[in-house]
Amino acid sequence: MEALIAIAIGMLTASGLYLILRQRTFPLILGLSLISYAVNLFLFASGRLAPGLPPIIDKAAAGYTDPLPQALVLTAIVISFGMTAVIVIMALGAWFAGGDDRSDTGGEG
Amino acid sequence: MTLALIAALPFLGAFFPALTLRAGRTACAATAFAVTALAFLLVLSHAPAVLRGEDVFQSIQWLPALGLNVSFRLDGLALLFSGLILGIGMLVILYARFYLSPHDPMARFYSFLMLFQGAMLGIVLSDNILLLLIFWELTSLSSFLLIGYWNHLPESRQGARMALAVTGGGGLCLIAGLLLLGRIAGSYELGELLANAGKIQSSPLYTPALLLILLGAFTKSAQFPFHFWLPRAMAAPTPVSAYLHSATMVKAGIFLMARLWPVLSGTPEWFWIVTSAGLLTMLIGAKIAFFQNDLKGLLAYSTVSHLGLITMLLGFGTQEAAAVAMFHILNHATFKAALFLSAGIIDHETGTRDLRRLGGLRTLMPITFTLVTLASLSMAGIPPLNGFLSKEMMLEATLHAGYGPVWLLPALATIAALWSVAYSVRFLAHGFLGERKIEQKPHDPPPALWASPAVLTGLAVLIGLFPMPLAAPLVTAATSATTAAPFAVKIAHWHGLTAPPLWLSLAAIAGGAVVLRLYRPFNRLYEAFPKPDAKRLFDAVIEPLARLSRRLTGALDNGSFTRATAIALATLTTSTLYAFATGPHTPGTRALLPVEAVPAIGWAVLVTATTLTALLHRNRLISLLFVGVIGLILSAAFAWLSAPDLALTQITVEVVTVILMLLALHFLPNGTPRESPLPRRIRDLTLAASAGLAIAALSYALMTRAPAFAPISAFHLEQSKPGAGGANAVNTIIVDFRGYDTFGEIIVLGIAALIIFALTEALLAPGPASRRLAALAKARPAQAGDRHPLIMVLATRFILPFALVIAVFIFLRGHNLPGGGFVAGLVTAIAFVMQYLASGLGWTEARQRIAFHSLIGAGILIAGATGAAAWAFGLPFLTSDYGYIHLWPLEEFEWATAALFDLGVFLTVLGAVMLTLHSLSRLARRAGESTARTPYDVDIGEGV
Repeated sequence: MEALIAIAIGMLTASGLYLILRQRTFPLILGLSLISYAVNLFLFASGRLAPGLPPIIDKAAAGYTDPLPQALVLTAIVISFGMTAVIVIMALGAWFAGGDDRSDTGGEG
Repeated sequence: MTLALIAALPFLGAFFPALTLRAGRTACAATAFAVTALAFLLVLSHAPAVLRGEDVFQSIQWLPALGLNVSFRLDGLALLFSGLILGIGMLVILYARFYLSPHDPMARFYSFLMLFQGAMLGIVLSDNILLLLIFWELTSLSSFLLIGYWNHLPESRQGARMALAVTGGGGLCLIAGLLLLGRIAGSYELGELLANAGKIQSSPLYTPALLLILLGAFTKSAQFPFHFWLPRAMAAPTPVSAYLHSATMVKAGIFLMARLWPVLSGTPEWFWIVTSAGLLTMLIGAKIAFFQNDLKGLLAYSTVSHLGLITMLLGFGTQEAAAVAMFHILNHATFKAALFLSAGIIDHETGTRDLRRLGGLRTLMPITFTLVTLASLSMAGIPPLNGFLSKEMMLEATLHAGYGPVWLLPALATIAALWSVAYSVRFLAHGFLGERKIEQKPHDPPPALWASPAVLTGLAVLIGLFPMPLAAPLVTAATSATTAAPFAVKIAHWHGLTAPPLWLSLAAIAGGAVVLRLYRPFNRLYEAFPKPDAKRLFDAVIEPLARLSRRLTGALDNGSFTRATAIALATLTTSTLYAFATGPHTPGTRALLPVEAVPAIGWAVLVTATTLTALLHRNRLISLLFVGVIGLILSAAFAWLSAPDLALTQITVEVVTVILMLLALHFLPNGTPRESPLPRRIRDLTLAASAGLAIAALSYALMTRAPAFAPISAFHLEQSKPGAGGANAVNTIIVDFRGYDTFGEIIVLGIAALIIFALTEALLAPGPASRRLAALAKARPAQAGDRHPLIMVLATRFILPFALVIAVFIFLRGHNLPGGGFVAGLVTAIAFVMQYLASGLGWTEARQRIAFHSLIGAGILIAGATGAAAWAFGLPFLTSDYGYIHLWPLEEFEWATAALFDLGVFLTVLGAVMLTLHSLSRLARRAGESTARTPYDVDIGEGV
């Protein structure tokens, strides 16, 4: 299962980066979202994979997974929403102000 | 405590001028003066102990792992320098108040000046060489700001740039040198360094360290061949020249040499390099000074020469010479600062500093004349002024230095002294004697302006007359501290007729008089020879460098974001690959999970959706849809992998994110044109794929290995219930163990929402963006279909109370079971957003009582207040408590203060999400979105 998760993280990263390298703002926003997923999943995986062991204290529990990466990722998910929202409004601002949704200004890519 | 306070005072003082400027320019100057005076008094309060030989120390650990401590020491050397910095600082602050014109921004001047003062004071008080480096760089920066104070003048800007390039470059060498020194000694604390002199001098790294440190010191103290920046820095306002470029900053290099004297001096390398550099600087500076026509230029080169003199004395490596150096530091500061300030007065009153245009001021400006006479005669070394005393002692020291043949050094020093007499008297004679050449009749300035040079000149005279009671104790203490061995200095005017320095002095005075008389022929000769233009040479070195760096920067970043990203990506991936290929590693041994059917299907969907997102990105709506799919699968994956809290958060965030992006797509084009050529797409694909591959490999490597260190979360699991009173370890980490992080995070979230609000306001304000929005409204085709379908309106209204109840439930159970403030906030937000979606912005807005800003503010305040409440019980910020409450008819339940904190989180998340989406909807409304004020859509009609 670890290999599958690793491939998923890699795929999310690759797709996200490819979208970021397109020269328009909307693919850039989507690409950033994909990279956020990848990073969150990576952070989460740093606690190693452990199905069926939620970190809810219970006398009957067989054990617990590492709660710390989860707490980290939880806040990261919320913060990435904030970040995405700011980038969206910046993209809209650029679009309204300049009538252009290119992410490249000036030079050639 | 007081040493740290003394060092901090000027930095605090740097804030005051800006705050007090409204109260007037005098108030602005007065605050700067008061802070300086306070620091001065605090230093004085330690003076008796220091003069007795009892040094004062203070140390606060800062980054002990790096050997960086905030350690201060006040010994004789530091006392001498801090006295100069603060004493002359006060005089310069007073002077500048009346010197600066009403057009000059005064608060900025005093802020920069105090910043510089703090940096300089930090250097001399530091007992840790890394700390010293920080202050050292700060002096370079603050002096850059001060030299460039009149930033409308090109010579100010160029002078500032040159000073920064030279002293900043030297500063880089110094960093390397001091790091080497600390590495040899094994400590960056000055005390331990000084105790390891033998170890340092026998180390093979001694010579490189010495050379690098001397580069730093020589550039700062304008030693040949780095002296050229100092005359250019004269573009600064005169008070700055007096303060930085005669009394304090240029002596930082000398201070450093004195500070490290016990560790570095005494070797042949030190002797020959330092003595030679000092000697050359002294000679060259003195000669050039004589031919300067600008008063400040003359003084600048004279300063170069005197700094050379002090450097040379330190190079000798004897206690006697070091004592003379200390004495001359004091003397030079008094007469040279007085002369700079007087030059400022002359400039102020006559409008020129050109010696060829001046003359005859003796009767018109008698007070200034008296001050300049005394100070310049002291600079010339005429008895009984203080300049004479240190010059005689310097000549005496050259006799014993052992630099080549016995006669060489005294002879050269006498020649330098001769030039020094010549330029000093020229300053006086060409400025004040002879005929008046300018039209207007200048007069003495008001006392406020001449008071500062008068105090300094008075000191020069008094030290000259009574050196033993006035200066000897300080010089003794400074010398003992410099040389790390007790030493008692003896200063006397008369050593008998047989003392050689007397005759050397007399020769210098007589020779100087002759040279001055022959000024014209000498000057013709001087003018006849071409001189290297420092600025041209400097530009010849700097310009190609700047061009190269511009080309390099341009090649890396030509304004194209994707190009810069691609380059960064390629660099990162290659260097990672290199590290992987060259570093040792073994395969992971951790037991792996078997592949299960349902998760594998989920994985396949995820990977397909990810691929399709990139593949179909030209159709933006479709690709957004796939992003939503990814988010959902991810949330399922979290649920499967024992992270129910993450699953809840992911799914709710996904909903609001997709709504947000749909709103954005409402305005942005629906498609992305195919514009990159095939090679470009192949390049991007290669980059993205290799980076993805690297990340996948890294993740796999991570997951197949056990953690290198035991995870700290064992503590959190163990303490979750007894310590934080909650069974959900993730929630207790968020609201309790790491509550401070969460507090910071909700503030960031609140700020992000406010940024979005502010940007929306800016877009809606009259301007091109707003016009485009309005144009969009006209161009928009008629809307098709039901905009607010009846079923949806009814359903959402029906759902709302249930959604709220669920949110409350999720919130309450969060401490023990999956849930909590974040998720509850998101669920509530979604419930409200559904009202917007179903019934339209106008209808919903009309029923909204609480502004979203207030929700954010209230949330942060509640979270903060909960944390602060712990103070009332004498506990640290955010310490939580819990207890059991029995409330009839409910069963006994547990209540933790952390729940109150979580309430703050809830409100902030709710407010932030709503403010964000609401801001975007406002844009939509401006863009012509019609709004329904009626409960249902217009389709129903009023009559039904």
